Amino acid sequence: MSLLDVTGLTIRYGEDVVVDSVDIFVERGESVGLVGESGSGKTQSAMAILGLLSRRAQVSGSIEFDGQPLLGRAEAELDRFRARRIGIVFQDPMQALNPYLRAGRQLRQILLRHGLASGAEADARVVEMLERVGLPDPERQFRAYPHEMSGGIRQRVMLAAALIAEPELLIADEPTTALDVTVQAQILQLLEDIRDETALLLITHDLGVIAGHCEHMIVLEQGRVVDAGPTTSLFAAPGHEHTRRLIEAAPRVDRGEPPAPVSSTTVLSVGNAVVDYDDQRAVNDVSFAVHAGETVAVVGESGSGKSSLVRGLLGLLPLAAGRVIYAGERLAGPVQKRAQAQRRDLQLVFQDPLSALDPQMRVRTIVEEPLVIHEAGLTAAERRARVIAVLEKVGLGEKYLRRFPHELSGGQAQRVSIARALVLGPKVLVCDEAVAALDGTVRRQVLELLAREQRESGLSIVFISHDLAVVRTISHRVLVMYAGRLVESAESRTLFASPRHPYTRALLDSIPVPDPVVAPRRAVLGGEVPSLMEPPAGCVFHPRCPRAAGICSEKVPALRNVGGSRVACHFAE
Amino acid sequence: MSRTIRIAGFILLCVAAAAIVGPWFSPHDYLTTDFGGPLLPPSAADARYFGTDDLGRDLFVRTMTGVRVTLVVALVASLVSLVIGVAYGATAGFVGGRVDAVMMRFVDTLYALPFIFLVILLMVAFERNFLLIFVAIGAINWLDMARIVRGQTLSLREQEFVQAAQLIGVGTFGIIRRHIAPNLVGIVVVYLTLTIPQAILVESFLSFLGLGVQEPQTSLGSLVNGGVAQMEAAPWLLLIPAALLALILMAFNFLGDGLRDYFDARKSS
Repeated sequence: MSLLDVTGLTIRYGEDVVVDSVDIFVERGESVGLVGESGSGKTQSAMAILGLLSRRAQVSGSIEFDGQPLLGRAEAELDRFRARRIGIVFQDPMQALNPYLRAGRQLRQILLRHGLASGAEADARVVEMLERVGLPDPERQFRAYPHEMSGGIRQRVMLAAALIAEPELLIADEPTTALDVTVQAQILQLLEDIRDETALLLITHDLGVIAGHCEHMIVLEQGRVVDAGPTTSLFAAPGHEHTRRLIEAAPRVDRGEPPAPVSSTTVLSVGNAVVDYDDQRAVNDVSFAVHAGETVAVVGESGSGKSSLVRGLLGLLPLAAGRVIYAGERLAGPVQKRAQAQRRDLQLVFQDPLSALDPQMRVRTIVEEPLVIHEAGLTAAERRARVIAVLEKVGLGEKYLRRFPHELSGGQAQRVSIARALVLGPKVLVCDEAVAALDGTVRRQVLELLAREQRESGLSIVFISHDLAVVRTISHRVLVMYAGRLVESAESRTLFASPRHPYTRALLDSIPVPDPVVAPRRAVLGGEVPSLMEPPAGCVFHPRCPRAAGICSEKVPALRNVGGSRVACHFAE
Repeated sequence: MSRTIRIAGFILLCVAAAAIVGPWFSPHDYLTTDFGGPLLPPSAADARYFGTDDLGRDLFVRTMTGVRVTLVVALVASLVSLVIGVAYGATAGFVGGRVDAVMMRFVDTLYALPFIFLVILLMVAFERNFLLIFVAIGAINWLDMARIVRGQTLSLREQEFVQAAQLIGVGTFGIIRRHIAPNLVGIVVVYLTLTIPQAILVESFLSFLGLGVQEPQTSLGSLVNGGVAQMEAAPWLLLIPAALLALILMAFNFLGDGLRDYFDARKSS
């Protein structure tokens, strides 16, 4: 008998069938991955297990936990299972924690409610649990409010809340998607460590996470199971076309030849840029150049200053020091003070297409706006033709002209955003995490679109990303940032073959590889990105660095040439 | 457009139409007294549809003129608050910084003034005057409008689509006109439909206190005031104007709710 036995699960909202005859089995001590793109019904299925769907949902089929049926039970009876026997972790820990209660109290309530402990004993168990999930100072986190914690710490607290009643099954819904890759690696390691007592149902869109951490996987597409079986055999021989497509679309950080450099003509250069944000130095003395027709990737985790750097470059944030030189001329600081000809040549694609598109405008007006400003001589018919041409270039047709942004999917909205940036034929396109919010197959299409545009028009791209696997497939050169500083820069070929900075190496090691055969867990980097309010003295990376020595906390390492890379590390060789 | 919006809009149109054309269909006017028939109950005879008041004036015609006055006061006062409030709030929000701080502290100061006391002072100083009522009501309503518009502008200004427009090369004025203003329309329209009933209530309150429109001119508020005096002898003098006032207020509130849902749905979904 399986620990969790879901058969023929079907969820409807009126006429809409969102989950159709799904079977899920989880054995004790096992880890099962539920994978699919957004809208495939994976979260709905998990919610149904715990009876957390809205009342409008009509659920049928059978859900048995340890031989006892869960479906159709009253709330009060379900409460005996939730948290006590089945724990759950959601994607966004900020929404799942009560902002008005200290973490310790929220965890204590679970113990009190299930009668597992009380008084000082409960407090002791909470602290012990916080320590088990790897929090460095559990006594302090016990008294902390959710807003005082970083995303990684919050997610650990959530994990502690899910595990404190020692459930037999943990359902984790995209538990690491919102986290940085080094923190993701820490959390996944933790889930691995508790596997003997707690089985895992892991919901994710990331095949790398599945490959490294789940023995079994279930592939969902539009509410149906299209493939299920042991992870290794499904990766080796996908049973369904959709699974094969998912695996192919997943970028790999461990293989593939990165693009070779294309030219050395500098189009744009940034010298000694400093960006201050409130009291924090978000970018500290960063210099780099962008060559014609190449893609420069800027990588780093949250708080590394990569977004602030390009916003300073584009004139959306003030540069506290440093300069931006485009086509031999120094650009004015704020974008409003730059010449129109300079403005049309530098464009940006945002991470979230929905907030980057004016909700009151139709697609046609959005894409047309740059033409109205810069090519005032065009007639309405000519403008329309130009808009249609650029929409077709990004894979959207004439029929989208009259749509509003909220009538588009995420992928379509991002294409509109790209169309607006491309309609004037810019020389440099900055993409700020432009594909991070997109599903695998859509992401691949958008990346191909950018590469094609680059080949055809010699566009230079500055590609900001936290995902080195994506970066490997498209970028000619890579800049690695950490806590506001540039720590390594090199051609992609060099960087991926021989990373020189310990942080670059840790970043590469932390990225899950979508292949169960080559996915042995490597050394996990501990700790978190430091606060920019009080950056560590000396090398910003030294508190987390495995190679740190005395000099690292005293002297800021300068960038120097090491084997074709520029590295800021005292010990790089 | 939802059913709420259509029904509420229909009711308001009917009431406004009746107030405009209604008096033409009555042989009576609003100020002729008839000492032969004071406090007549409503009846179709002699076209006394709503009866007469204690001076024998025709209540139907008086009520309809009262609705006119009430609606005009409400619309003009809301217009005042719309023009001043939107311009003031949008400027403060978009310019930001010290200008914003000074402008909003001024609003805070005005908030602190005891409004009714101010109106009474105005009435005493300038003798009662129809125009003064508009000014007085508009003068308090624009404060709320300015705050709401400023808050919305502040958050719109930080939106990425505004940054995208700056990168494209749209100037400050173009951004306000093309991106900020259209995104303010929703909230302004909704807030306006909620300001109107507030203005009506303030006018009724002032009239009830005897500070509003002056006899023989009338408004729904002063009719209710007059009706209270005759409540026992002739309850219709109170009930009819009060019921109309309630109907108008409810219709505006429902209209506001409906419009809010309408604009919300377009933004997300």
